[in-house]
Amino acid sequence: MEALADSKERCEQIVFDRPDALTSRGYTYCPGCGHGTIHRLVAELIDEFGLKDRTVGMASVGCSVFSYWFFDCDFISCAHGRAMANATGVKRAHPDAFVFTYQGDGDLASIGMAETIHAANRGELITVIFVNNAIYGMTGGQMAPTTLENMVTTTSPLGRDPLLVGHPIRVVEMLSLLEGVAFAARASVSSAKNTLKAKALMKKAFRAQLEKKGFGIIEILSNCNTNWNKSPIEANEWIDAEMVKVFPLGVYKDVFAGEKGKKDE
Amino acid sequence: MSDNGGDRELMKGNHAMCLGAIRAGARAYYGYPITPQNEATEYMSFHMPKAGGTFIQAESEVAAINMVFGAAAAGVRAMTSSSSPGISLKQEGISYIATAELPCVVANIVRCGPGLGNIAPHQGDYFQGTRGGGHGDYRTITLAPASVQEMAQLTYSAFDLADEYRNPALILSDGVIGQMMEPVDLATIPAKDPPVKDWAVGPGQDKRPRNVHTTIYLDPEEMAEFHLKLIAKYDRIRREVNYFEEYMTDDAEILIVAYGTSSRVARTAIKRMRTANGPKVGLFRPISVWPFPARKLLEMCTNYKCILVLEMNWGQMVEDVRLVVGDKVPIHFAGKHGGLLFTPAEIVALANNLSADPLNPGSLWSIVR
Repeated sequence: MEALADSKERCEQIVFDRPDALTSRGYTYCPGCGHGTIHRLVAELIDEFGLKDRTVGMASVGCSVFSYWFFDCDFISCAHGRAMANATGVKRAHPDAFVFTYQGDGDLASIGMAETIHAANRGELITVIFVNNAIYGMTGGQMAPTTLENMVTTTSPLGRDPLLVGHPIRVVEMLSLLEGVAFAARASVSSAKNTLKAKALMKKAFRAQLEKKGFGIIEILSNCNTNWNKSPIEANEWIDAEMVKVFPLGVYKDVFAGEKGKKDE
Repeated sequence: MSDNGGDRELMKGNHAMCLGAIRAGARAYYGYPITPQNEATEYMSFHMPKAGGTFIQAESEVAAINMVFGAAAAGVRAMTSSSSPGISLKQEGISYIATAELPCVVANIVRCGPGLGNIAPHQGDYFQGTRGGGHGDYRTITLAPASVQEMAQLTYSAFDLADEYRNPALILSDGVIGQMMEPVDLATIPAKDPPVKDWAVGPGQDKRPRNVHTTIYLDPEEMAEFHLKLIAKYDRIRREVNYFEEYMTDDAEILIVAYGTSSRVARTAIKRMRTANGPKVGLFRPISVWPFPARKLLEMCTNYKCILVLEMNWGQMVEDVRLVVGDKVPIHFAGKHGGLLFTPAEIVALANNLSADPLNPGSLWSIVR
C-alpha cells in the first residue's frame, strides 16, 4: 500500500481512480459481468453530484444482494422485489437524502412488479438502476420476465415459448406511460461507447430525483456470461446483436427533453 | 386503567390506536384497507399529515410493511396495521424487520380465519402473533388490548418497547375492540418526541460511520453468531416484559385465563357469579402474549382447583398455559368459533360444571388432545 501511495504521489495527474463512493472491497461478481461497470457508473455520479454523505442505496435480492459491500454509503438490503417500497419509506422520511435502488430483472420485473409500477406511478423521488440480463443470475440461470423468446434457461430448457409463458416484458416502455415518471431510458454496458452513453442517461435519472421532477429509471442491458454459457466478449456481442432487438436502447420519457445548454448525450 | 378525570374522549378502538401512535411520535404510517381495521387507514390519512408525518395507502400489504421497513431504517417511528389475511402478507416484511433489528409497530385487528374467513372478531392469530409468524427464528413483542383505552395506551407503549429492544412490536386486537367506542383518557398518552437514532440511514454520513441494515449472513458461523445475539435479546425481553392483569384471583377456586375480548366477557361473568354467590372464579389476563407472563402464572397456578382457558379459536394460548402449568393443575379449554363471542351465561355454566367437578372431562385439555 505504501508503494502504491508513493507511486501516486509521483504521478503528476491521476486520470483514473476508484470513485470515493466505492469501498475497496473486491467485487463478488463473475469476471466479465456488467455489474462492476454499472456500480462504477453509479459511484462516479454520486461523486460528481457530491451526494456521498446523503445517499441511501437499496440492495435487491440477486447477484447484487451484497452491493452494500461495494458502495460506501448507507444501505438497506431489501427483500426480493421490495426495494422501491423500502426506498419510499426512506425518501419520505428524509426528503433530502439521495435514494437509489439497484435491482435486477427478477427482482424488479417479476416479484417486485407491483412495487415498481406503483412507486413509478406515485412519482417517488427515487432513482432506479435496473440491470436487465434477461436471466436469474444468482439462483443459477432460470427464466426471467425479460428472458428472450426461444432463449434457453434452466427453467425454459426448450427455449422460452411465449404461448406458454408470455413475452419478455419491456419495463421502461411500460413505465414511460405513467404520469409520475420523469425519466425512463434503456442503455447498455456492452461496449465502452455504450457505457459512456449509459452514464449520460443515468445522470438524467439522478437529476430527475435531485431536481424533484419525479421517478427516474435507467434500464441497463448487461451480460450474464456465466449463465448464458458465453465468454464475456461473446456475451457482450450477443447483447448488441440480439438483446437490443427486443429491448431497443433509447430514451422513452425525458422531462429534460428540449432543455437548452445541457448536453448529456 | 387511569381514571383521573383528565381529558377524556369517546373514541373507536381503531381511532384510539392511531391516536396513541401519533402521540408516541409515530410519523410514518403505511397501510392497505382491510376490514375490520379500515378506520385506522382512514384516521391516519387525515391525521398523520396534520402531525407532519407521512401517510401512504400502499398498493398492497407487502408494499406497506416494506415502506415501514424503509421508514424504520431511516429512524422514524413507523407503523402499519391490518387484519388477519393482510397480516399474513406482512409476515415477510416483519421477518426482515426483526432480522434487521429495526423498531416498528404492526397492529393486527384480527378477524375470523383461516383464509378469507369472515370479518367477525376472532382470536385465531394468536400463534401468528406470538411465534414470530414469518419465516425463521424470531419473535415480536406482542400486546393484547382489552379496551379502547388500552388500544391507545398499549400502542403508545409499543413504540417505546420497539425502540428499546430494536424489534417489531405487535398489537393483537380484534374486530370488537377495534370497532367499539369507549372513553379514552388522553392524559395517559401525552405527546412526546421519539428518540434520536444514531444507527438510522439518511443524510449526515460525513459525521458518522455509514449505516447498513441487512438480513443476509451467508456464512453459517456469522449467522450463528447473529442468532445468538438475537436469542440473548429475546431472553432479555422475556425477563423484562411481562404484562398481565388479575381480577378477583386472591380467593378464587377456579382461574380463568383469557386475553382481549374473551377476557372482557369473562370479567362480566365473574362479576355475576360473585354477586350471585356462585363459584369463586378469578381472571388472569395476559397483556403481553409474547412474552407470555409465565412466571406469574406459574407462581399462582397451584392456588386453584383448575384452570379454564377461554379463547375465540380452537385452542392456541391454551398451549402456552399448558407449557407453564404442566400437570400441576387440571387445565380446561372452551373455544368459540366462526367469529362468535362468548356470552357471560356460557361462562357461568362452564364455571358451575367445573366447580362441581374440577376434572370434568368435557372440557379437559390434555396433551394428547
